[in-house]
Amino acid sequence: MDGGGYVVRFENVGLRYGLGPEVLQDISFSLTPGSFNFLLGPSGAGKSSLLKLMYLAMKPSRGLITLFGHDIAITGRRDLPALRRRIGVVFQDFRLLPHLSAFDNVALPLRVAGVKENEVRKHVEELLCWVGLKNHLDSRPPTMSGGQQQRVAIARAVIARPRLLLADEPTGNVDDHMALRLMHLFEELNKLGAAIVIATHNESLVERLGHRCIRLENGQLETETVTPSVSRLDSENAA
Amino acid sequence: MLTRRTDLQLERDALGRFLPWQIAFMVYLAALALAGAMVLNATMARWNKGISGVLTVQIAPLEENAQKEKKRIKAALEVLGSTPGVIHAESIGDDEIMALLEPWLGSLGVAGDLPLPHLIDVELEDGANLDMADLSRRLEAAAPGASIDDHRIWLKKLIRLMETVKGLAVLVVALVCLVTVGTVAFTTRTGLAIHQDAIEVLHHIGAQDSYIAKQFASRVLVLGLKGGGFGLAMAVASLLGVGSLASRMETGVLPAISLSALHWAALIALPLAVAMVAMLTARMTVTRSLNKMM
Repeated sequence: MDGGGYVVRFENVGLRYGLGPEVLQDISFSLTPGSFNFLLGPSGAGKSSLLKLMYLAMKPSRGLITLFGHDIAITGRRDLPALRRRIGVVFQDFRLLPHLSAFDNVALPLRVAGVKENEVRKHVEELLCWVGLKNHLDSRPPTMSGGQQQRVAIARAVIARPRLLLADEPTGNVDDHMALRLMHLFEELNKLGAAIVIATHNESLVERLGHRCIRLENGQLETETVTPSVSRLDSENAA
Repeated sequence: MLTRRTDLQLERDALGRFLPWQIAFMVYLAALALAGAMVLNATMARWNKGISGVLTVQIAPLEENAQKEKKRIKAALEVLGSTPGVIHAESIGDDEIMALLEPWLGSLGVAGDLPLPHLIDVELEDGANLDMADLSRRLEAAAPGASIDDHRIWLKKLIRLMETVKGLAVLVVALVCLVTVGTVAFTTRTGLAIHQDAIEVLHHIGAQDSYIAKQFASRVLVLGLKGGGFGLAMAVASLLGVGSLASRMETGVLPAISLSALHWAALIALPLAVAMVAMLTARMTVTRSLNKMM
């Protein structure tokens, strides 16, 4: 991998919407493969904007972004979909397609990537069972609870085994037990080498899991704390 | 090109509701215009072939004596026979003239007491450029009362008129195609706006522009074929109705409204062509819109 082996690398990145003020200023950090990161900060700090830059929804106003070794500023538009397929995103508002079943929503990344339908069926059913939605394969999002929709959104984000998983408040609508279960899913993906970034307000969850924290304050990277990277989930689950 | 499964709920937007009807109307108009152009073209070709190489000499009846009349006709035939460019000249018998007039005069004219002119049918070489004024003078000298009816003069005017009408029909077909392109582009843009959220999701999970554009294009192709088929069916019904009415007129004034197998093939190809144009338009519209996204 180019770019020093980083999955994500930001150098002096700034972002402004239109002619407005910069919502992100001089952001510099990097993520290595297999790193587990929490993105913390109050509402309006710029967490969602930072995630948008990482999942290639926008270009920065200034600075350098490198994803999987590709400088985004010079990467051709035709090459971006292939990069996006290596990124899984859990949106805060889920962004499920309401007319598709839970199965079809989760299957989307595989179908977009051209995976054969029998493979799609096998993997999607397995994952939906894992997130506790075995009996909701054919349910449409509007008929599901917030927590169920969130699990569908997470399943969609991880189904294609992304190399970078970005999640915006992924446990906001589920109970503590399901939150830990979903975190375990992220950790499993992380063990397979994926870099994980979870934007959250849930400080207690961050303390329990103990991973690197990137803290944003007023559009600036305030602190970067690295806590012991060994998850306590396994020991908790074992107990 | 056709995909059975779509990630976008295209069947419930303006695309599905209005596009088939719009395309049906367009194909209906285009099919009528195209059929009109093809009928005119065939009629012109028939008339051109039948008339361009002939002219008619008319000799007014002056003598009471039939023998003297025959001498005038013979003199006129001799003049024509000696004229370069004339292949054949033949007097048309009275019975034949009466048969030609019967549709207009009925059996009354058969009485034989009408002062009918004598007619000579003249066949010319291809591209023969006769000096009509000189021939007219020589015929008048040989058979007083003889005059030339050169069909080519009025035929040229008629053909010019028909070519104008045919050109207008082709223009109508071209305009229909343009309007179809505009309609599809507008409707597709509306569809893009309606499905913006879903398109963004597909875009963010790594769908190529072609993946999204193909879904719109396939949908538009199906709708285009449905609408086009309906429009063609209506046009065929109209053409058969007009043909049936025209055949009951029992007059030689109207050109025969009949289409050859090739003409029918062209009409059947019309909705296919319009559907293809619509599909390509949708694909290009979606691709251009998606190009504005990162």
